[in-house]
Amino acid sequence: MKLSSARRLLLALALTTAAAAPALAADWSKLRIGVEGAYPPFSEVGPDGKLKGFDIDIAYALCTQMKAQCTLVQQDFDGMIPALQARKFDAIIASMSITPERQQSVNFSDKYYSTPARLVAKSGSKLQTTPEGLKGRKIGVQRSTIHDRYATDMFKGAEIVRYTKQDEVFLDLAAGRIDATLVDSVAADVGFLKTPAGKGFGFVGPTYTDVKYFGIGAGVAIRKSDTDLQAKFNEALKAIRANGTYKKIEAKYFDFDVYGDALSK
Amino acid sequence: MLHGYGASLLEGLAVTLGVALASLAVACALGLAGAAAKLSRRPLLAGAAGVYTTLIRGVPDLVLMLLVFYGGQVFVNHLAQGFGSDGYVDIDPFIAGVLTIGFIFGAYLTETFRGAFLAVSAGQREAGLAFGMSRWQVLRRITAPQMLRHALPSLSNNWLVLVKSTAIVSLIGLNDMMQKAQQAAGTTREPFVFYAAAALLYLLITSVSELGFGWLDRRSARHLVRPRS
Amino acid sequence: MNFDAIAQNLPLYAAGALTTLKLLVIALAAGLVAAVPLAVLRSRPQRLAHGPVWLFTYAVRGTPLLVQLFLIYYGLAQFAVVRESVFWPWLSSPWFCACLAFAINTCAYTTEIVAGAIRNTPHGEIEAARALGLSAAQVMRRIVLPSAARRAIPSYGNEVILMLHGTSLASVVTLLDLTGVARDVNSRFYIPFEAFITAGALYLAITLALVGLFHAAERRWLAHLAPRR
Repeated sequence: MKLSSARRLLLALALTTAAAAPALAADWSKLRIGVEGAYPPFSEVGPDGKLKGFDIDIAYALCTQMKAQCTLVQQDFDGMIPALQARKFDAIIASMSITPERQQSVNFSDKYYSTPARLVAKSGSKLQTTPEGLKGRKIGVQRSTIHDRYATDMFKGAEIVRYTKQDEVFLDLAAGRIDATLVDSVAADVGFLKTPAGKGFGFVGPTYTDVKYFGIGAGVAIRKSDTDLQAKFNEALKAIRANGTYKKIEAKYFDFDVYGDALSK
Repeated sequence: MLHGYGASLLEGLAVTLGVALASLAVACALGLAGAAAKLSRRPLLAGAAGVYTTLIRGVPDLVLMLLVFYGGQVFVNHLAQGFGSDGYVDIDPFIAGVLTIGFIFGAYLTETFRGAFLAVSAGQREAGLAFGMSRWQVLRRITAPQMLRHALPSLSNNWLVLVKSTAIVSLIGLNDMMQKAQQAAGTTREPFVFYAAAALLYLLITSVSELGFGWLDRRSARHLVRPRS
Repeated sequence: MNFDAIAQNLPLYAAGALTTLKLLVIALAAGLVAAVPLAVLRSRPQRLAHGPVWLFTYAVRGTPLLVQLFLIYYGLAQFAVVRESVFWPWLSSPWFCACLAFAINTCAYTTEIVAGAIRNTPHGEIEAARALGLSAAQVMRRIVLPSAARRAIPSYGNEVILMLHGTSLASVVTLLDLTGVARDVNSRFYIPFEAFITAGALYLAITLALVGLFHAAERRWLAHLAPRR
């Protein structure tokens, strides 16, 4: 049939749109996973441009267990949940804590690790987290994290400075632009305190455990409608915990138990 | 000196150039369409083109890019669902970046092409029509080649601004040169080195572009007598 | 579309708009003040005078504002000698760094605009001034610069709008300008469309106000060049 050029264009567009939509619905044999790539040792990008880290290895292990072909999609942390909702990927494995606030928007698998949050500041700093102690101080956090939420609500009196990446927080902490940062203790240890830039800095104050803010651990975030995928992830998680894959990956990065019963990001 | 991240920076350079060239293509297409709309005798078309150019020039690139990247995905999904498909068409950072930058510079190029079109003397068009050429033939053989010559200075300016705008695409996560520099800076804790390297690479692109456009300019005006400057 | 969260956060948006305007005014003022003497130097025929200025404008106009901002904010902080210097209280502040980067950027572009306007001074005006016995400095101060200022108004108006767009990058170094507020709102409530459209609308309003201002300036100071009514 002879279509006008305008109609032909519309038809082409419609066909392309239909063709481009992958038939993922019930299958889950191909998965896209959102990861961050800027949160050592959990995820980072090496000089060769490849993603590496605990989160990355867990993601691949889970996919192997689920017999799914996975593509990792890098995304800034503050855009993770919107991107998941917008279907840029099907799951988030980015050290995202299971919190009541987030559970309003997404579902989570069971936790895959749990480490506490602490303040990092210059060693010997007498930073008090009372309103008087915080007056005029600057606390840096990564935007949209549980640390952001906690600091905003609880550290009244301090100026909360928000960054897109935790790397940037550490850069400014080392430069003295902020007085402290509230961050996951393991990420701080490996990503900052053990590096040359972190000399002279240390943990200050208590470990933070308020479940309302810090949740019960990091989990895989999934859209609320994909309950079957959530079940698959939980099965796979149990399996890799049981068959030793988890322990192997854990040993690669940590010399302590990171599955723990404390809290994470 | 670059701690092994040099190759990664060059990969980023390739991505940056890719985004810039793809955006230029989109922008030229939109610019020509926009110029045609603005020059047309239908007030609706001219009005729509006017709204387009005003909106784009009134909102910063970063805001538009964030809107397209975060909001655009939702919009496209709704659209796809309307067509009855699964409800997902990927808008990765490359596409979001190219569409946004192309869209933005389409507005600027609308003005460029409109001005260039008006600069071709009407007599040329009249003569073509008098010879019995169809309107399309006049456009293709007479107006368009001359229009390109007039458009060159403004086109080259816009190209330079476009190349620099691609740096903003790094802020929505595209693995271009800026993003690579950021990753390297974050890991090595030596931001100055990597941002300076990125700056030099951008300077290289702009310098080569200026030389290229200079050559094009001289070539396209070979037939003219230029005053000795 | 859920604009309730936006309505609740309107004061935040207003504060962001105010920050944007403050950044704009400071950057433009500093840039303009520095640009005038630089432009005078740039328009001189001697290599020693225009050479260094050319290098400055070439480097700054050839690289993206984002890179310049990162170099100043993150790059300089890398060096212990900077952190221990007397400048550190200034350079550690994101406000100062952003204003510095924006001011340097607009200075380069404004220098070229004003230098171009100086070069385009009708030679008759200069001849007349010399014939009247004015010294070279007087010619520059009383005749050329005021005349160049008028000629530069349209291009400078463009530059002001571009700088307004540039200030959106302040959000990348933790400042809560209009774009920064929109990003925070998006990250809190997950409403990308609403958050960024509101920011876009506010930017558009500011742009239209500025464009109106410059049109009024053109009508007043370039009245002699307007088409006769």
